[in-house]
Amino acid sequence: MPHINLPEGLPGITAGFAFRPETAPPMLELAEVLLRGPSALTSGEREMIATFVSTRNDCYFCQTSHRAAAAHHLQGNYDLVDAVRWDYQNAPVSPRLKALLAIAGKVQQGGKNVTAEDVAAAREAGATDLELHDTVLIAAAFCMYNSYVDGLATWTPTEPDLYHQMGARMANQGYTGYREPR
Amino acid sequence: MPHLNLPEALPGIRGLMAFRPETAKPLNELVETLLWNRNSLTPGERELIATYVSAQNDCYYCQNIHGAIAAQHLGGDEALVQKVKQDFENAQVSDKLKSLLNIAGKVQQGGKQVKPQDIDRARASGATDTEIHDTVLIAAAFCMFNRYVDGLATRAPEDADFYCGRGAIVASNGYVTVNKDLGRKIEVAKG
Repeated sequence: MPHINLPEGLPGITAGFAFRPETAPPMLELAEVLLRGPSALTSGEREMIATFVSTRNDCYFCQTSHRAAAAHHLQGNYDLVDAVRWDYQNAPVSPRLKALLAIAGKVQQGGKNVTAEDVAAAREAGATDLELHDTVLIAAAFCMYNSYVDGLATWTPTEPDLYHQMGARMANQGYTGYREPR
Repeated sequence: MPHLNLPEALPGIRGLMAFRPETAKPLNELVETLLWNRNSLTPGERELIATYVSAQNDCYYCQNIHGAIAAQHLGGDEALVQKVKQDFENAQVSDKLKSLLNIAGKVQQGGKQVKPQDIDRARASGATDTEIHDTVLIAAAFCMFNRYVDGLATRAPEDADFYCGRGAIVASNGYVTVNKDLGRKIEVAKG
């Protein structure tokens, strides 16, 4: 049961957005810029970073919904997303994305864990300053979203199909245009 | 040394805001709503929550700048800010704020650490659902800001006067106004 009186029937973070409409727009706009805005990283790659961090933070709602959004961007390839979630070093993704996932994992544990060597390795693999910046901020932002969702004990449905459809809406409509069906 | 090529003149998160104005906009709007806009918790109380979480995350820049902003809102009471950072249960603040700081500390350790008894304590001391919501989100947001600032190894001045001066400006004007057009200011300075 949620810790506060959130609107019923809305899953995860969408209940927080409905409860406090003043804080929802900047949180949605941040996700939109980071995950769907212009970038040298594909939306599939960026959603996998978000899913990976949410998995490390053990946030069921965020990891399951962003897993579905990532898969939707990747032609339904849930296997690839899961390979990244559990063992990205051996997943069939680019060396650049692996280097960025390594940085995201460090950020999840605390910002100071990111070393000059981690950054040099990502540059070596072709990452630009903008991609490094966005990776750190995606990882940091998901530490916020995850703590928010779990810190309020929001309602977390478990039906896989519900997340599959949610992921399609996240991928197609995006975040600032997102509407939860009522 | 910062991990990115950031403007020298802008320490902490401000260099990052100049580097990436597209993300600076929603970040400033979020912190403005949470910490500065009118609310049943005073700006001083909310800045204390932000300062406390930043101290727990050991983020030097964030805890010093928000500590300075908090002190500005609290009539210059820097000793109170220090006490809240070190031992809020015995600080001269309301029972309600103590119960909210307790929740913020749990969120800093991970959202699932917030238990029904933490919420019960906050309600018993008079906290509303919106105050509990905002406390959770302030703590969560500072887990983001702290990681952002330290994850890119931004420069943090050691001079206490820097934070004091900056804190006064932010306390008076809010976040959106003082951080507007940071990218453009850098271009002008370069040009």
